[in-house]
Amino acid sequence: MWSWVAHRVTGVLIFFFLFAHVLDTALVRVSPEAYNDIMSTYKNPVVGVLEAGLVAAVLYHAFNGLRVVLIDFWSQGPRYQRQLSYGVVGVFLLFFIPFAIRHLSIVFGH
Amino acid sequence: MTTSTPVIQAPRNRASKSNFELYSWIFMRLSGVLLVVLIIAHLFVNLMLGDGIHAVDFAFVAGKWSSPFWQSWDLIMLWLAQLHGTNGLRTIINDYAQRDGTRFWLKSLLYLASIVVIVLGTLVIFTFDPCIDPDSTLSVCQ
Repeated sequence: MWSWVAHRVTGVLIFFFLFAHVLDTALVRVSPEAYNDIMSTYKNPVVGVLEAGLVAAVLYHAFNGLRVVLIDFWSQGPRYQRQLSYGVVGVFLLFFIPFAIRHLSIVFGH
Repeated sequence: MTTSTPVIQAPRNRASKSNFELYSWIFMRLSGVLLVVLIIAHLFVNLMLGDGIHAVDFAFVAGKWSSPFWQSWDLIMLWLAQLHGTNGLRTIINDYAQRDGTRFWLKSLLYLASIVVIVLGTLVIFTFDPCIDPDSTLSVCQ
């Protein structure tokens, strides 16, 4: 139930970010200055922390989505549904912790 | 003791004989698996390699999109992500917006936004000109 709610919430969040992300990238067609200006916003430490939150949402949505696919298509999926849920948390941490260390040290190291 | 029979409303889309919902269900799973790979690599290359977010500027984009590999990568990622997200939001609107008019307007807005994103994003990838930067050091601009 809660994994389903979190999947929807993170999905909507990613949808709205994608909309903003395509618009900001479109500024490369305006001028290098316009694009570099908007990119300087992403390098702000406050926005840098929000980016880590966004990546957490993407990683959760990705691995929980793979869990859904395994339950739907793998014959043993429903039997191992509990282990798969723990797997989502484990793989999430495996990816997110190194990312957060690397990204936040770049954001705050400048 | 009397028991009342619960009233179950008829499905909204009774007349439909199309398999659209089946195909969209399959599409969500196929595109989802591809997007896991496309997006995690996108995040790794842009945010973890080199100087991460601090290296992302016009020259960084110009360097990446001078390669057909990354142009194709970003184009496929754009289309799959936008269609996956649009179908996800369509499902959420169908679940929570109860009035016919509300559903109609929310979905109209959703489809309009999706068309704008796909058309704009595709045009940007195909018409990108790295040489509008006078300081470009790319060999194609010399």
